[in-house]
Amino acid sequence: MEAAGLAAGPQRRKSAGRRLADFFHGHRWRQVAALLALPLAWLVVGYLGSLFGMLISAFWSVDPLSGKLIKTLTLDNFNELRSTSVYHTIAFRTIGIAATVTVTDAVIAFPIAFYMAKIASPSGKGALIVAVLMPLWSFYLVKVYAWQTMLATGGVIDWALNPIGLSSPGYGTTSIWLVESYLWLPYMVLPIYAGLERIPDTLLSASEDLGAKPFRTFRRVILPLAFPAVVAGSIFTFSLTLGDYITPSIISPSTQFIGNVVFTQHTNNLPLASAFATVPIVVMVIYLLIARRLGAFEHL
Amino acid sequence: MSRLRARSAWLPAGIVGGLAATMLVIAGCGGGGGGGSSTEAQKSIGPGEGHLNIICWAGYCENGSTTKGVDWITPFEKQTGCQVNVKVAGTSDEMVDLMRTGQYDGVSASGNATAKLVDGGDVAPVNTALVPNYKTIFADLKDQPYNTFNGINYGIPHGRGANLLMWRTDKVHPTPTSWSVILDPNQAKKYAGHISVYDDPIYIADAAVYLKAHQPSLGITDPYELSSDQFNAAVNLLKQQHPYVGDYWSDFTKQINLFTSGDNQVGTTWQYQYFTLLANKVPVAAPGPSTGFVPTEGATGWSDTWMIAKNAAHPNCMYKWMNYVTSAPVQAQIMQWFGEAPAQSKACDAATVTAADKQLGLPPDPKFCDEYHAADPSFWKRVYFWRVPLADCGDSRGSTCKDYNDWAAAWTQIKG
Repeated sequence: MEAAGLAAGPQRRKSAGRRLADFFHGHRWRQVAALLALPLAWLVVGYLGSLFGMLISAFWSVDPLSGKLIKTLTLDNFNELRSTSVYHTIAFRTIGIAATVTVTDAVIAFPIAFYMAKIASPSGKGALIVAVLMPLWSFYLVKVYAWQTMLATGGVIDWALNPIGLSSPGYGTTSIWLVESYLWLPYMVLPIYAGLERIPDTLLSASEDLGAKPFRTFRRVILPLAFPAVVAGSIFTFSLTLGDYITPSIISPSTQFIGNVVFTQHTNNLPLASAFATVPIVVMVIYLLIARRLGAFEHL
Repeated sequence: MSRLRARSAWLPAGIVGGLAATMLVIAGCGGGGGGGSSTEAQKSIGPGEGHLNIICWAGYCENGSTTKGVDWITPFEKQTGCQVNVKVAGTSDEMVDLMRTGQYDGVSASGNATAKLVDGGDVAPVNTALVPNYKTIFADLKDQPYNTFNGINYGIPHGRGANLLMWRTDKVHPTPTSWSVILDPNQAKKYAGHISVYDDPIYIADAAVYLKAHQPSLGITDPYELSSDQFNAAVNLLKQQHPYVGDYWSDFTKQINLFTSGDNQVGTTWQYQYFTLLANKVPVAAPGPSTGFVPTEGATGWSDTWMIAKNAAHPNCMYKWMNYVTSAPVQAQIMQWFGEAPAQSKACDAATVTAADKQLGLPPDPKFCDEYHAADPSFWKRVYFWRVPLADCGDSRGSTCKDYNDWAAAWTQIKG
């Protein structure tokens, strides 16, 4: 062990780790850059890059014989989307279902979340959270196929409804609405529950003390405070329904959604599929801008 | 903290820079490809490479996992040492896509995929001299426009068949003999929500076959060479059919399930689903051997070809497979398991057929090839094999026909 030459001696060779530490010491931005480089590279190359690749291919065309891409920029795909009414129908159908599912989930989720947050005992609350999360433990496909079986002619739904003179809605838009509402309900319940938890009970008591009836308390106190949470939940239900193509293709293959067209066209005509895929992106950007306005981002 | 703030302006700049770089990479990639005419066929077959990755239609490549005892892959693996990895595809477009991943050595391609694969430079010519079983393949399957391009053979014929009209005997009355049961709106109405249709733009040809018989004034000669008015008539017919369609299928297992439950009652199918349903004792029927399996108008169909990928990783195993799969005993098994006319003439020998039946556990059916018109070229005139629709009509009309892009776009419109 040589202890001499600490200050005066020739410069000692530093270990690699030591030099690395020196490099970062006191340089805050170097630390941050090193920390963020990898996730940022992933975001830019992997995530935005693939999105960008898709957007570029929307301006290409496809050779009718070989089906290979012709990489010359053209607006043909967007013109076709604009001038062909079927694409409008499909886009509006998809957005319409996404909106209906969102409203349905909000209506169903609010009472459940309210009960969980304000009424249930601590143990009951725990049980309810487990119950809401339970469907997320099983595979998405299993749930959709289960619904396919339930909706079949002579299936469980028929069996339950036939005695009162009704029957299963069969495979169509109604069924898609039912299944999507079921699938994404937990994503609505949890944000609303979290939002309601934040409302102090004292506020409700104060409202009551000032003479408000329960409904008025709900309308004037609870709803305004919980609304951003509902919007936060709606981001999930809306975007998940908007992008889903597996449920429609299993439940009602004769009903096309944006995702189904993209899925089938990506083998026939990738550029057209890419062009159509920009529709949900634009819709979501607008939706998120509105949601931010409504303060939903504080509840995510 | 303030230093950090000051630097944060770099973040958006970094993202933009990264995007620009990605864009350049994407633009730079994939410049190659195209043009396959320069490739030469393999000259000889070396030892197997130990593996083989192939894309098949359902029922073509059985290894005993679907039904016990139905297995011609395992004997091939034992003979050649080539471990086979099978990928089953549902549509021709899917097959083309899969071939373009570069992961596969070969494919059992139908006529609406072969031209795409050849034109895209995805497959190599086949040296038929290296496939001894090619000699005894039916003459009317050799050198056809869907397997031979510019006089060069691009594959080994596998077999052919017609798309089927199938119905539930307990739900559909009277017994259909024509496609009008699903294509004439007045008749299709009766089965609204229970009609099953193949989910592929190529189905427009089925409507064209129907119109060829029922509206002769349109002057349809070939269902894959449609001029504007002929094409529009076919598309309109399918738009009228749309409200009555319960299911557009490309997943055959789903079609089997829906026919089993009775949600689907009548529609187009393949032999594979038909025989599976029969084996499961579901009351289904299709036009029988007496009418030649096709409704009165005729039918669309397929004639499949084994093709080898241009840059196959295991070309020797693929050649060994092409010879094996077209050998008489194997063809006799496949044709009866799937229900199609074989390409191999020797597969029709009574002894070979019965031996295959024994292996598959089926009752002996020595007349199988007659029932399926294997050696009857006149029958196949009523079956229109899948082809890629091109702008060039192939006749005096010149380049006025609808190409596949038009077909694909129309298919989206039909489904609404």
